[in-house]
Amino acid sequence: MPEIREKVDVCVVGAGHAGCEAALACARLGLETVIFTVSVDSIALMPCNPNVGGSSKGHLVRELDALGGEMGKNIDKTFIQSKMLNVSKGPAVHSLRAQADKSEYSRAMRKVLEMQDHLTIKQAEVCDLLWEDYSCEGEIAEKRVIGVKTFTGAIYECKAVVLCTGTYLKARCLCGESITYTGPNGLQAANHLTDSLKKIGIELRRFKTGTPARMDGRSIDYSKMEEQFGDEKIVPFSFSTDPDDVQKEQVSCWLTYTNERTHEIIRNNLDRSPIYAGIIEGTGPRYCPSIEDKVVKFAEKDRHQVFIEPEGLHTNEMYVGGMSSSLPEDVQIAMYRTVPGLEHCRIVRNAYAIEYDCINARQLYPSLEFKKIKGLFSGGQFNGSSGYEEAACQGLVAGINASMEIMGKEALLLDRSESYIGVLIDDLVTKDNREPYRMMTSRAEYRLLLRQDNADLRLRERGYKIGLVSEEQWKEVQAKKFLIQKEISRLKNTVVGANSEIQNFLQSHGSSFLRTGTSLAELICRPELSYEMIGEIDKDRTDSVSAFKAEAEKLFGTVDQKLWNAVKEQVEIEIKYEGYILRQKRQVEQFQKMEGKKIPDNLDYDKISSLRLEARQKLKEFRPVSVGQASRISGVSPADISVLMVYLEHYKRMEKDEG
Amino acid sequence: MYQEDTIAAIATGMTESGIGIIRISGKDSVASGNQIFCTISGKKILDTVESHTFHHGYILDDRSIEMDDRKNHDWKNHIIDEVMIVVMRGPRSYTGEDIVEIQCHGGILVIQKILETVLSTGVRLAESGEFSKRAFLNGKMDLSKAEAVMDVIHSQNEYALRSSMNQLRGVLSEKIKELREKIIFEIALIESALDDPEHISLDGYGPELQKKIDDISFVLQQLIDSFQNGKLMREGIQTVILGRPNAGKSSLLNTLLGEDRAIVTEIAGTTRDILRETVRLSGISLNVTDTAGIRNTEDKIEKIGVEKAIQYAKDADLILFVVDGSAMLHEDDEEILSILKDKKTIVLLNKSDLSTVVKEEDLKKMVPENARIIKISTVDHRGIDELEETIKDMFFHGQLQSSNEPLITNIRHREALQEALSSLNLVKKSIEDGMPEDFYSIDLMSAYASLGKIIGEEVGDDLIEEIFSKFCMGK
Repeated sequence: MPEIREKVDVCVVGAGHAGCEAALACARLGLETVIFTVSVDSIALMPCNPNVGGSSKGHLVRELDALGGEMGKNIDKTFIQSKMLNVSKGPAVHSLRAQADKSEYSRAMRKVLEMQDHLTIKQAEVCDLLWEDYSCEGEIAEKRVIGVKTFTGAIYECKAVVLCTGTYLKARCLCGESITYTGPNGLQAANHLTDSLKKIGIELRRFKTGTPARMDGRSIDYSKMEEQFGDEKIVPFSFSTDPDDVQKEQVSCWLTYTNERTHEIIRNNLDRSPIYAGIIEGTGPRYCPSIEDKVVKFAEKDRHQVFIEPEGLHTNEMYVGGMSSSLPEDVQIAMYRTVPGLEHCRIVRNAYAIEYDCINARQLYPSLEFKKIKGLFSGGQFNGSSGYEEAACQGLVAGINASMEIMGKEALLLDRSESYIGVLIDDLVTKDNREPYRMMTSRAEYRLLLRQDNADLRLRERGYKIGLVSEEQWKEVQAKKFLIQKEISRLKNTVVGANSEIQNFLQSHGSSFLRTGTSLAELICRPELSYEMIGEIDKDRTDSVSAFKAEAEKLFGTVDQKLWNAVKEQVEIEIKYEGYILRQKRQVEQFQKMEGKKIPDNLDYDKISSLRLEARQKLKEFRPVSVGQASRISGVSPADISVLMVYLEHYKRMEKDEG
Repeated sequence: MYQEDTIAAIATGMTESGIGIIRISGKDSVASGNQIFCTISGKKILDTVESHTFHHGYILDDRSIEMDDRKNHDWKNHIIDEVMIVVMRGPRSYTGEDIVEIQCHGGILVIQKILETVLSTGVRLAESGEFSKRAFLNGKMDLSKAEAVMDVIHSQNEYALRSSMNQLRGVLSEKIKELREKIIFEIALIESALDDPEHISLDGYGPELQKKIDDISFVLQQLIDSFQNGKLMREGIQTVILGRPNAGKSSLLNTLLGEDRAIVTEIAGTTRDILRETVRLSGISLNVTDTAGIRNTEDKIEKIGVEKAIQYAKDADLILFVVDGSAMLHEDDEEILSILKDKKTIVLLNKSDLSTVVKEEDLKKMVPENARIIKISTVDHRGIDELEETIKDMFFHGQLQSSNEPLITNIRHREALQEALSSLNLVKKSIEDGMPEDFYSIDLMSAYASLGKIIGEEVGDDLIEEIFSKFCMGK
């Protein structure tokens, strides 16, 4: 049989949320790219919850969008309900979440892929990685990936491979005693690649996750549940979506609760749960526990919330949020039917737990390239994360960095002080994660700076320099930055006196009198006042703002009302929370100093005798790229970091002396 | 250049020495020194002096003292010590940064007091080996020293950890752990509500948290206070009054205390047990032990008292040996004299109001060479001022020292407690200002981290663990 041999730049293995972003990034940067999937019908599939975003995940989607990713645009096209969470809290934790029409989401993404130049979709299971020893100056330094081989024997030679295998590697699904060796949703698992990965020296481990049942909507009694509406004014995810285009009719979700009877059924059948019976070996996530876990671990709670969410507009299937399970089918039916409104429910798809092979991402550089294998990148659930958004962000970064390497450009490395994506990747490649990793706002130490509302200000420039953000989009952000800075400085320098007009204004808004003159910025800081409100005493505003806009238009192009609205929001936040923001900025300066101290690849930790033994072993094992990263490895103390810094300086001077 | 914040520490060792040096390094070192140093005529000059020049003056314990009105001599009450101070502007200094060094008298309490005053200007206590580290990183040391610097960091850190652990075994560390648990619970509650707003509500949480913070702050303040007292108790000068029965030992204690603490009678052997009191002499703390008179006795109870007295004397930092000047020297006195060998001693020739029988010259031959002899009277207080001056003098010249050690860790602990308390105050302010709940957890986390420094625990993944173990989250 004649051999099939193709030559491309990049092979992306898997077409879930990570794979799609990776492939699109590579193709958009002009590289010939093939994306492999076991089923073209499952491109950008959402096998679990029917929504995108949520606390801190909404931030991820915004950042992804600012860098030039696709997820934000795609959910803007296909959402059926949208909500800004935490609006009563500070701006740093506002987070957008949208219910998706799952099949529309998948279809829309597939269309984007199909329309993309340089991108080929291929339905095939990748079974082997092809690689060679890679020598550097005559010495065999490491391995280098040179292609992939599919189950049918076709060979794709390439310069880089991005692994985005999600939950498909050696997957098995468990529903009580019945076990199927499939990927999510009954799709074909990928059973061959694991062995090839092991052969090349990658260490694998096993994680598990789960999903609740889907119900026939006609069998649910909504009158016994509380209706959950979307927001009246919808905010889009993508910075390039026009807010006017997303104001549409929305569908509702529904809230109900478990009760003692539910819990009793679960407790009586725990021995039939594959987790409690010891059949599942994989580690599951604590943040989305199965209902069995909740009942066992939080025994004192007499009820748990259950959210009934639509799976789409063209199906009556409903997702039962809060009740994922791996109990047997008969127990599932009994348990669900104790919940008010679900008394007569009919299950369309059973709840199940899924186990899969993935890696400890400490084998990766922050660029998401394998430390030991040049040209091999990975992203998504394969890296030990969980969630569509986390996956998409890693996919984008892995795709970008595969491209950067091929094009001989500098890698995209995001740090903890500039983005949630930076936090996500740093946590994955530095910390010892023992469960699927989910983003949380508490993981970001500089979250006042990493708001969802300023993701464009933080990251558009990076996206532009990489080549995924257009000139026009970049100019818009420049105009925004320019206007924010101008307006803030005007408000700080405009002083109003303690005259009767001002005092009356303050009194009418329940604000205390002025004793001396004060700046408008200081007035905005008062909790009871806002930028909009002080417009009344800001005589100069109209003229100054027009002048600023004219100046911005001259420099960067059109400034429309939407842009100005975004500027006003930033001005208000920056002024109101200035004290806190400044404090975090100072912390960031310290942080960046440590990140900036790079550790040479070939550093021999055994030569640093003053390091404590534990620290030396950890450092040898993980080979951090910077002193900052080293300081985050557990078991490395501040004194070890001091020792390391002195040694690095020593090393640097030695090199200088020799060279 | 390697630019960092400003740090300070005691540069001389913890051993007995004539002078002590406190070193401040970093861009704010001169500003810091200027806040607490003035010349003997009360001028603040440090920010204007030339580099590498020495200046004579005082360190004041209150940096807010107004120096402008020179007729107002209030500031003199705030003098901690008379010192020499030197300014060395970077890069011509040990670390390469601006350095201020204060040379003071070598007593531990003085050095410590000055260091605390320096830290109160917003300077941070230096980490183990940090001066050397900066010196090296700023290119002030040649390559061959790198190994030595790393060893210093390593060993000093080990030492600090060990001594810290020794001090913390027991109640204090339990208390700190308890406070930390309370704090992390509140952070976890806030954070889980932020991560899962539809499951966990924060309605009415502000006032509730305010109450909890008040409770925690109260305990922290107590700890800070008790720390201060505890430290003085432990680090005061262990002083023992020795003498024959009826020489006037208890009268001396009462005189020093300014109150009738010990029962005084003319009957020899009235004091049978040991009495301990703290006496303060201008900032120096003496832990004075009054003992039973030492004599050969058949009385069982008195005998135990005498043995105890001898035991205390052996552990003392300073012995006040009271001799009845109106009576002839006695063989019991000689027994005491044998105990005094190797000890810092002040001999007090008491009852100088009566006719003196004991000659100073005779005494001098018997007591250890360096012992001072002072004539006193506990009846008309003659010589008591001279006694106080002598003790102060010995202390400030480093001849007297507390036998207890590691004060570095103490200061570090107090600094950490103080930091935690300030962070909690910021949380309170956020609540009062009506800030949203997510702002609370920022400063709560700082408080948690500060307390962690005391017991050597990092923050790590504590929060995530707490969230998952205490709050039921997720789909």
